[in-house]
Amino acid sequence: MAKGQIVAGCLAPHPPHLVYADNPPQNEAYSEGGWETLRWGYQRLARKLKDIDYDAIVIFTPHWQTYIGTHFLGLPEFKSKSVDPVFPNLFRYNYDLQVDVELSEAMRDAASEEGIITKMMTNPDFRVDYGTITSCHLLNPEWDKPIVTISSNRNTHYYSPEVMIEQATALGRACAKAIEESGKRVVLVASHSLSHRHFVEEAPLPEDMSKEHIYNHSQYVWDMKIVEMMREGKSREVIDIMPEFTEQTIAETEGGGLIWMLGAMGFPDFPAEIYGYQSVIGTGNVIACWDPNDDTREYVL
Amino acid sequence: MSETNEPEILFGIYCPPHPQPLLSPEASEGYSNLRAAYDECRKRIEESEADIIIVYSTTWPSIIGHQIQALEKAVWTHVDDDFHYLGSMPYEFHMDTQFAHSMRENCEKRGLEARTVEYEGFPIDTGSVVALQLLNPENRIPTCILSSNMYSNRSETIVLGKAVRDTLAQQNKKAVVVVVSSLSNRMFTEHIDPKEDRIHSQKDDDWNRKILEFFDDGRLEDLSQLSRDIHGQIRVQKVVAYKPAWWLAATMGQHNNYDGEVLAYEALHGSGGAVITLTPSTGSVGDKEFDEDDVEFYRGDRNVLDKGMLE
Repeated sequence: MAKGQIVAGCLAPHPPHLVYADNPPQNEAYSEGGWETLRWGYQRLARKLKDIDYDAIVIFTPHWQTYIGTHFLGLPEFKSKSVDPVFPNLFRYNYDLQVDVELSEAMRDAASEEGIITKMMTNPDFRVDYGTITSCHLLNPEWDKPIVTISSNRNTHYYSPEVMIEQATALGRACAKAIEESGKRVVLVASHSLSHRHFVEEAPLPEDMSKEHIYNHSQYVWDMKIVEMMREGKSREVIDIMPEFTEQTIAETEGGGLIWMLGAMGFPDFPAEIYGYQSVIGTGNVIACWDPNDDTREYVL
Repeated sequence: MSETNEPEILFGIYCPPHPQPLLSPEASEGYSNLRAAYDECRKRIEESEADIIIVYSTTWPSIIGHQIQALEKAVWTHVDDDFHYLGSMPYEFHMDTQFAHSMRENCEKRGLEARTVEYEGFPIDTGSVVALQLLNPENRIPTCILSSNMYSNRSETIVLGKAVRDTLAQQNKKAVVVVVSSLSNRMFTEHIDPKEDRIHSQKDDDWNRKILEFFDDGRLEDLSQLSRDIHGQIRVQKVVAYKPAWWLAATMGQHNNYDGEVLAYEALHGSGGAVITLTPSTGSVGDKEFDEDDVEFYRGDRNVLDKGMLE
């Protein structure tokens, strides 16, 4: 059996506004559009992924928050409706997704061997979080690949951003080892924004783009610094600066997704592909992809 | 709205959000004690003349202002993110939609951003599900659930409580009010034998017991004033700050004239879980005065950043 490999790593923010703006048949809410910079970026990245041969998507989500270890989806199918608890007016999405349980269990076993507290989630009534649904829908609207969702163990809350870096990196290494041993080709997804301060009021028409802007300039400057380092292939430096970035911008990086993904990819020193940056209700969102294949890596934006 | 009518709040309940008392009360003596305390509260609610149960849940964070559950019949099966292996929580809750809509209007009159949510399949949070399943299992009394805005702090939370009072007075309804919150909230980060459950640290336990003394003495306003200290000492900063005492005091009345009763205090995977009742009374205890301003109307940000550098 050939060694498995990570064929791409995507930073894929999950504001439900993007699915709302797309009006897919699965979502009950209807919009007049909006947030095109991000949506068009997602569409371009989705087209790239179509050209990559892969078996599964493994996604790390901050909206499945666990305090007792890291949990993995452990049943082959989940079918239900995901309603965003914060933006239920925008996101009521009927999903029907497949899970690669074999890969999920292998990653869980590898993580346990590393000393990480783990749990398989095998309750059939469990509702998959909207972060998973949103990022996966935008990266693969056909839903024709199985996924694995990994929960966000809240190390930043319980300890510190530095402990989160240690733990999420160890989890990333364990997942990479399991993927290699599985023989599968896998796309990793870190599902989150960068700066994450929201406005607490919503425009009467949420997709009214004349009302959309970053919460404040400081958030923007920090986001641009991170994007610049991603472009320059400085992923290790991105992680080094992350505790301060997270604190200064209330960034969603606190959940550990980007650390996990870059850790699994060995902190790549090649440039990330940037597909778009835009604010959503004040938060800063970049779509980025780390393509380890020198022949297919592009300069997108 | 009557400006002078005082709302009739029969009693208040403070109870924990975790699902063990609902799903696995037999797993330990502590969980069983908490379940018995919930059952006692259920009985007292049934024997009361309450028209409505109002729940403020710390496990329902919101961003766009304050969200108010308004779906007449909320039906779903909930599963907890951490404790999914304990089982599913099917529920059907009946909301007081008239109260919910008036509550939104009264929030707005006091300067708060607020909205009702009425969506089939809306994910009602673990804390609300546990509390309502145990306190009002047959929907004998309609309910209203309020979110905890993740960016709000003392001013907003106090004004939110006052909007509840406005609405109760306006509708002439008798209420039982419920806060769903842990005391100390640090849990063990590994899976444990429930029989070996204990409060995570001596410090957490000491603080919890001090808080319980205050509750037992009916010193609700004192606890409200101590909220920032409580947050700093025994609360892990998860999504929201420690706000339940602010809301409970603003809703029930900002004083210490209560009969408090601690029905149970036990560990829930390391966190402090207590079931407490507070009943309005005439006698007052405590010897403290406070200088934090009372707030009637929320005026939003003070725009400190726009004022520029001081010359």
